[in-house]
Amino acid sequence: MPMAEPILSVEGLSLIRGGRQILRNVDLMVEPGQVHALVGLNGSGKSSLAYTIMGCEGYAADTGRLLFDGRDLVGLSITERARLGITLAWQEPARFEGIPVGKYVGLGVDGEDRQRTAAALEAVALPAKTYGYRAADQTLSGGERKRVELAAVYAMRPRLAILDEPDSGIDVLSLVEIEKLIRGMGSEGTAVLLITHREELLATADAASLMCAGQILFTGQPHQARQYYSARCRPHLESLGAQPWDEADPEVQAALASNGPARSPASA
Amino acid sequence: MLEAYRQAGGDPQALQLPDVATLVISANQVLAAHGIPGVQFEAEPLEQGVRARIVVEPDAQIERPVHLCFGLLPSEGRQEIEADYQIGPGARVQFLAHCSFPNAVKVEHLMQARIQVGAGAHLTYTEEHYHGPSGGVEVRPRAKVVVGRGAEFLSTFSLTRGRIGLLDIDYDVDVGEDGLAQLTTKAYGGGEDRIAVHEAVRLSGAGARGLAKTRIAVRGSAISQVFTTMEGNAPGARGHMDCSEVVRDGARAENMPLVIVRNDQAQVTHEAAIGTVNRRELESLLARGLDEEEAVDLLIRGMIR
Repeated sequence: MPMAEPILSVEGLSLIRGGRQILRNVDLMVEPGQVHALVGLNGSGKSSLAYTIMGCEGYAADTGRLLFDGRDLVGLSITERARLGITLAWQEPARFEGIPVGKYVGLGVDGEDRQRTAAALEAVALPAKTYGYRAADQTLSGGERKRVELAAVYAMRPRLAILDEPDSGIDVLSLVEIEKLIRGMGSEGTAVLLITHREELLATADAASLMCAGQILFTGQPHQARQYYSARCRPHLESLGAQPWDEADPEVQAALASNGPARSPASA
Repeated sequence: MLEAYRQAGGDPQALQLPDVATLVISANQVLAAHGIPGVQFEAEPLEQGVRARIVVEPDAQIERPVHLCFGLLPSEGRQEIEADYQIGPGARVQFLAHCSFPNAVKVEHLMQARIQVGAGAHLTYTEEHYHGPSGGVEVRPRAKVVVGRGAEFLSTFSLTRGRIGLLDIDYDVDVGEDGLAQLTTKAYGGGEDRIAVHEAVRLSGAGARGLAKTRIAVRGSAISQVFTTMEGNAPGARGHMDCSEVVRDGARAENMPLVIVRNDQAQVTHEAAIGTVNRRELESLLARGLDEEEAVDLLIRGMIR
């Protein structure tokens, strides 16, 4: 089956921060309406890739290309990228003194779509009547703040939503709502780049990529990514220790030469 | 005067309700001094202002906020208010004060207040100012507050619309056993505005608690100086100072917290964030499609809300 034209195409992307190579020649494609999971150990570069796609300060790619619907994102500000339809739900959302939840969630909503803010809050199980006028500040619990962040992303009807660990800090019951929300985004045509450590959310994805030490090691079906991790990455972890691994280390070079990296097509 | 009251954020209709206590002072004239059961006013004109005594009777539970309106309509002039607030033991009351100088080109407003909050009483004092667009106002609010045993004093001062001119606040609060004082100051200055906030909270009684919270934004070539002192002088006293100031353009902000602890069972803490807006907060708003100017303005408006 032919692949659709990707909405997001990452080609040979590298990022160096503080003298350390964070992303190494990353290739990634996300199709319109696709839920594409990005999995990997802590420190493997998943969030850095998210910030680079969003255009956050200090995350300008050193090499490679970032194409959104065929348009080069290099040089565009966060605002310009957001107005093209890209947005990001931060893993640890900011807290805003004096800004009501309803106002924050509605920031990216088309002015004529008056019901969207309330619908977005309902979608993450936060009733608009209860939460709409509360401040999006430290008086919200960590889980509530995560759900507000997701509601704000959903409310925008973005073309690409990058969700950085939407499951962390979320209770088990709310996880069901998050799964529904992600599926709902997909059905509205939003492509989702989903960074997650949870198998429940990995199962909602149409495709998955496995990141390790700043590289994409594998792209394929979600269950294959899990298998790949168990069979090939876990031995790396056990033999090499915590990430990020120093590729200049001869022991690391030997391990990488014997076990990876490798890629598989999404249809594999 | 009603229009000036509205510009300062007040509701003119509230001044005309029979069950709402109101005190309206324009220049040195007392336009209205309407007491209700539990709240009494005495006011007499001075050469350039008014001397007022506001008494809330012991155990009075005043349901609707007491409205105070101070102002000066001409473009030039001076207004001195001497106010003596006596909040009886066990009383519960909220004051909404609006101070408006909408046409000010060269106006001075001086407030000398003495506030006694009786044992077990609760006083919420919310003061909003409007100084018009030209910045020709000098405002010097002074207050000496005594918070009695188990009493609560919650004060909010806001000057966030229009220009400021010169604002020089000086509050001195003494908190008794198990009492609470919470001072919040919010200001948004621009142009050549000058803001000086001097607040001293002495936690004198055992178990006294204090919070001094300052939220200031300055832009243009405005200057803000915040001097906050919190003293923990008794066992179990707990105090905290929390200052956030956002600086834009060529403005300048200074914060000088002073912590004094005289008892080994007391604790005073402080935190301050001075400078630009938080990057993470800013980027979160940009990722929703706001441009940087809109996002910064929203963050500042939220902070001083």
